[in-house]
Amino acid sequence: MSQAIQSYFNKQSKAAPLAVFRVLFGLLMVFSMIRFWYYGWIEKLYLLPNFHFHYYGFDWVQVPGKWTYVLFFICGLSALFFAIGYKYRLSILIFFLSFTYIELMDKTTYLNHYYFVSLMAFILLWLPAHRHFSVDAFLNKNIRLEFIPKWNIDALRLMISIVYLSAGLAKLNSDWMYKALPLSFWLREKTDLPIIGQFMDERWLHYLFSWGGAFYDLFIVFFLLWSRTRVSAFIAVLMFHLLTKALFPIGMFPYLMIAASLLFFRDTFHTRALKMISSIIRIPYETFCNGAKSMSNTFISRAALIVLPVFFIIQLLLPLRSHLYTGNLFWTEQGYRFSWRVMLMEKTGYANFKVVDSVTGKRFYIQNEDFLTAFQQKQMSTQPDFILEYSHFLGDHFKSQGHENVQVFVESYASLNGRKSQPFIDSTIDLLTVENGFKQKSFIIPLEND
Amino acid sequence: MKKLFLFISIILFTFACGDDDPITEVFPNEDSFSRAEMLEFWADEIIIPAYTNYISDLDILKESSTAFFTDPSEPNFNTFRDSYILAYTSWQQVSMFEIGKAEEIGLRNFTNIYPTNVDLIESNINNQNFDLALPSNFVAQGFPALDYLLFGKGDDDEVIVQALTSANVTTYVEALIDRLNDLSTEVLDDWNGGFRDEFVSNDGSSATASTDKLVNDFLFYYERFLRAAKVGIPAGVFSGNTEPDRVEGLFSDIYSKLFFEAGFSSAQDFFNGISFIDGREGVSLKQYLEEIQLTNNSDFDIAASINDNWQSAELVLIDINANFRNQVLEDNAEMLALYDELQKAVVSLKVDMLQALNIQVDFVDADGD
Repeated sequence: MSQAIQSYFNKQSKAAPLAVFRVLFGLLMVFSMIRFWYYGWIEKLYLLPNFHFHYYGFDWVQVPGKWTYVLFFICGLSALFFAIGYKYRLSILIFFLSFTYIELMDKTTYLNHYYFVSLMAFILLWLPAHRHFSVDAFLNKNIRLEFIPKWNIDALRLMISIVYLSAGLAKLNSDWMYKALPLSFWLREKTDLPIIGQFMDERWLHYLFSWGGAFYDLFIVFFLLWSRTRVSAFIAVLMFHLLTKALFPIGMFPYLMIAASLLFFRDTFHTRALKMISSIIRIPYETFCNGAKSMSNTFISRAALIVLPVFFIIQLLLPLRSHLYTGNLFWTEQGYRFSWRVMLMEKTGYANFKVVDSVTGKRFYIQNEDFLTAFQQKQMSTQPDFILEYSHFLGDHFKSQGHENVQVFVESYASLNGRKSQPFIDSTIDLLTVENGFKQKSFIIPLEND
Repeated sequence: MKKLFLFISIILFTFACGDDDPITEVFPNEDSFSRAEMLEFWADEIIIPAYTNYISDLDILKESSTAFFTDPSEPNFNTFRDSYILAYTSWQQVSMFEIGKAEEIGLRNFTNIYPTNVDLIESNINNQNFDLALPSNFVAQGFPALDYLLFGKGDDDEVIVQALTSANVTTYVEALIDRLNDLSTEVLDDWNGGFRDEFVSNDGSSATASTDKLVNDFLFYYERFLRAAKVGIPAGVFSGNTEPDRVEGLFSDIYSKLFFEAGFSSAQDFFNGISFIDGREGVSLKQYLEEIQLTNNSDFDIAASINDNWQSAELVLIDINANFRNQVLEDNAEMLALYDELQKAVVSLKVDMLQALNIQVDFVDADGD
């Protein structure tokens, strides 16, 4: 057994796939940053709001005012640097830190694919992705490698597999499979699309997409791994992601996943691609083909063998943590994030906060738009941890204004996947008496007709 | 490999096709609800006629003010005031449509921000050096400022007429009326120009589509300007203390209920698709919700529930004083009851309706996943 493990970790593979992924991932990230800036989202999502929602334990991550632009610039520049493989270790580290910092600034903007970017960057941090087809390797022939340990590429593949499989398993719920919800809500609004638009309010299409999506997520990795089905699986990847791109506002994610699925292709595909690029930029690709193998003897490559296994154990466990809580997961959202649950629900909410003086009984209501942007209000009104954090913010705000004996209550309603709206948070509980944290949120009223 | 590239190019090409693909015209979707028809009805049967009516009432206001300033007689003064009340009432029928040019110029901010700032008005009058385009002057113009000048600038009519006819005040009043006229005409001209077609053709379902935007504007109006400003704030819902001096039309005194009713029934008409021109029923949010209810095979009639809430509000309203200020001072519980009924509809509108129609509540067209 240990011998088998030993020999697996000694197995070598061409370095080309890792280099190709590094370049594509980096360039996509450069483009993402420019796009985010160009659309004015830095302003709208980070500078405009007066209050930001924080991940538990990350209150210290603050939006640095106008410096946020510098932060995005650094993030984009470091992506460009690691794409071309210049000062790789430093640039991927800076990218990982700056990108993750940006994501931690406000959980209102949480998206699974941003989380995916952070994780991929974290894995790349430990891999010698700069030792082939990079500026670093071009300048320093001592670090050039033609081969790297095969597990380097498998690590990235494993991450992609966890994403797909978790997403697929999450789709195996009754709303998705038996009612084609919430997909049918979204699809029937798309009748104005060319060609496929005419079918968009057909029931069979909603079921086809729901079941097809679940099947795709559950099995695509296996079809990509098996060489006989790889090309057709890649065509499926293309179709699936371009279709989702056409149907939903999901930004750069489809391109990222298409690029990532190339990691499943043979070495020859990647070496050929690199040869082509080399001839375009007039650098002899042979420079990098020195026959050198990785000795895995650097500090980082040895540390990687400890860090990455721990990382993957955490990754396997995180999506399962929702089972530690009772109640409908979509309703309570306890353990919902960081678990590859995508497109699973359409949730609308409304939260009306009441500030009460517990001694005099004097009370008044809050106009949320005085404190939150429309986007923040939308996210807040459907997620209990947001509601709790906001109520504490309101408590602090009114205490600092000289109000005494402050209590904060919320009258809130939410609707999940087309169900009739129902009370969401227990309106009799003073939310200031509830601590934020990972404990079961007993202030949520259970979902009826689950 | 070549085949693969060809295949990929075909797929990419298919998705690169724009929204204006002629194919959709070949296969019109006959049995599904048409957002385009609803937008057309809103534009042609509600919004444009309501603006046209409002501006014609502003023209009457302008004429009666000219008549008054030429001959400040008692009858002319009364006509002037009446035409002011009429125009203010007509304003309530367009206030919710803060979209397009109205949104761009901030029509509501320049038309109806109250409480008005009496000190600022007086200082503007004395200095004769004021720029009504400045945001700092939101509170010194529009109907609330006219309300003060026509009703509050003295204890009896004689004193007010006296004050109005002093040159500086006359200039200011005329400037206020002209500004109301100019801004609303700019908005209507835009609707009658290209905006109507732009509005109707933007019939998709993204956060920037016309339906999503106008429904958001409608909800924003309902929550903030109808429910909160006209009723909730004076009743002390948001401060814990009654604030009777924050009613709409504070100085004209007895019209606050009239203004509220005009806004409230316009909101209901918009939701139910009642034509401004002839009162006939057209394509509406109500129909849209009923259509969705049928598709979903659901027994929950969201539109009926919203209309029920509004009916209850109308019932409470019957016993409420024409002067909201007096109502708050004498029996605020009734005012709070009105607020509660208006509030109940908010849940159905913002949760059930938005969920059913799949309308996005945020204007930031950010990514999802």
